[in-house]
Amino acid sequence: MADDSAQQVRRESGGVLEVRNLVKDYKVRGAHKKIRAINDVSFTLEAGKTIALVGESGSGKSTIAKSIMQLVKPSEGQILLDGKPIARHGAGLRRYRKDVQMVFQDPFGSLNPFHPVGHHIERPLRIHRAVPEGMTIEEKVHELLERVNLTPAADIAPRRPHELSGGQRQRVAIARALAPGSRFLVADEPVSMLDVSIRLGVLNLLARLQRQENLGVLYITHDLATARHFSDEIMVMYRGDVVEQGPSDEVILNPQHEYTKTLLAAAPNPERIGQMRDEVRAEFAAAAAKD
Amino acid sequence: MPEQTTATQTPAGAPGSVVDESAGGGVPTATTTAPAPAGTPAARRKIRFRKPSAKLVVGLSLLGAIVLFALFGPLIGQFDPRDSSNPALVPPDSTYWMGTTSLGYDVFAQLAVGARTSLFVGITAGLLAVTLSILFGVVAGYVGGWTDEVLYTIIGVMLVIPGLPLAIVISTLVPGRSALLVAAILGVTGWAGSAVVLRKQAQSLRNRDYVAASRIAGERPLRIVAVEILPNLLPLLTAQFLFGVIFAILGEAGLSYLGLGPTGSISWGTILNEAQAGGALTRGAWWWFIPPGILIALVGTSLALINFSIDEVINPKLRAAPAAARSVRKAREARDEQSKEATA
Repeated sequence: MADDSAQQVRRESGGVLEVRNLVKDYKVRGAHKKIRAINDVSFTLEAGKTIALVGESGSGKSTIAKSIMQLVKPSEGQILLDGKPIARHGAGLRRYRKDVQMVFQDPFGSLNPFHPVGHHIERPLRIHRAVPEGMTIEEKVHELLERVNLTPAADIAPRRPHELSGGQRQRVAIARALAPGSRFLVADEPVSMLDVSIRLGVLNLLARLQRQENLGVLYITHDLATARHFSDEIMVMYRGDVVEQGPSDEVILNPQHEYTKTLLAAAPNPERIGQMRDEVRAEFAAAAAKD
Repeated sequence: MPEQTTATQTPAGAPGSVVDESAGGGVPTATTTAPAPAGTPAARRKIRFRKPSAKLVVGLSLLGAIVLFALFGPLIGQFDPRDSSNPALVPPDSTYWMGTTSLGYDVFAQLAVGARTSLFVGITAGLLAVTLSILFGVVAGYVGGWTDEVLYTIIGVMLVIPGLPLAIVISTLVPGRSALLVAAILGVTGWAGSAVVLRKQAQSLRNRDYVAASRIAGERPLRIVAVEILPNLLPLLTAQFLFGVIFAILGEAGLSYLGLGPTGSISWGTILNEAQAGGALTRGAWWWFIPPGILIALVGTSLALINFSIDEVINPKLRAAPAAARSVRKAREARDEQSKEATA
């Protein structure tokens, strides 16, 4: 298929998703006031690379994700795909959606409870005509489910979301995001709603798919440890501003901004294991000695 | 409209989890499951049947009996409902099963034909009202912005115009009224309350992640409303349809009683109207006005019972509510008993 080979070329040549001077103001209802959710944010996401966007709740991480996904209209600034400004509606926007997809934070909210798993993956395949020739839609759905380790796919596809666990649902959401043959993935805190025990599995799956597909991933999180582990670059956001931006190790080992230092101090440190317990015990011992 | 408020409460809790609760969360409370072995995809897809509640059984059998009466009643009666050559005001006997009117019409034949008109008007008006409330409510709620402003204004205007008086005004303006026109009038005057509820519900569903996800997938807005949002409104729509039907049957009876019903056709309302005009009450002709009244009440009861049982399937908490209330009452009584003994 001509379209397929074109996509192959594009994939090899990579592609770039660029966010330039993005600003988003939210109007406050009832008052003539505006809240600046993101203030002049710029970054470039290359195919095959991962950028982690770290920050506390309300720092504007999700607004960046929504702006990239065209769910909210940026107040100022531009988003460019392969150097061209992206279309805001119509066929151009649909082409953009084929390339850029998203995984939501809440796997319980992002799948429609009414529809079976297969429906969620089938729709993007149909909309973007992403099924290769000589393959039925059902086969492609099953292939995608197997790629996210949901097996047996024939058993999973007809189930409804509520019959799956959180981790399984998030895998479905990942399969859906990959379905159109996307090149860029925005993962908005993809594991924060999952049990701690299955987080790593989902993250490793994302990392493997990224390598296989040469995806550019924007990994939004508030967990510095996984950010360092999974991404090439880290951006730290604080109240709408990007306060620190650089290679992961650089940001973690040599933090410049106060807020990054606070974040790092709050993260559990394996070298200090048991330190607090020992401190408490020492205090108790001292108190006992006094008596 | 008190009916509307009960309908409102139904899925207000968690519409997104509606399916979860009825099938997933409800599994432990389901008394019976499908006999097919679970595990195979075919068995999994099968709807698990629970023991139907008594309300559902009673409601469905009442409604079924009335529908059967409407379908086959006119065929088994021996008299033409418009034939006035019978003796007047005969009490029910073996010839005239439900007696005759003061003009010599057979009441049974009239009731059977009237059932067809009343049910037709009720169902048509109910469908029309639900369609209109979807068009206005769901679209206003989903699209938002200026569309919402305009549509919500229209909904508001329709809401404050009292339904029956408007229906009376329209009915008096139109000279020849078919049953379809009466149904249309009742449908057009009776959708606003549901639309308000649907608008709010659609506003809530619009912000769900799965709607955002289907926008990101590239779905068109119309498809998002029809395929992603409407199915999750289904329990609400069912309730609104059932109460729409009740409202329309009562409305038709009311209009007909005032002489503003469908001209030239027979319905339960027209029978009541003629009974009133013919002085049935003063002449003690109970067989003339009690049966149509009871039938109207039974249709309303059956639809309400069906609606309650649907509510219970959707919201399992309602099912346990009577038992919970009983146990609370018992506990209170026991406590009072104890405190009495303590003081004595």
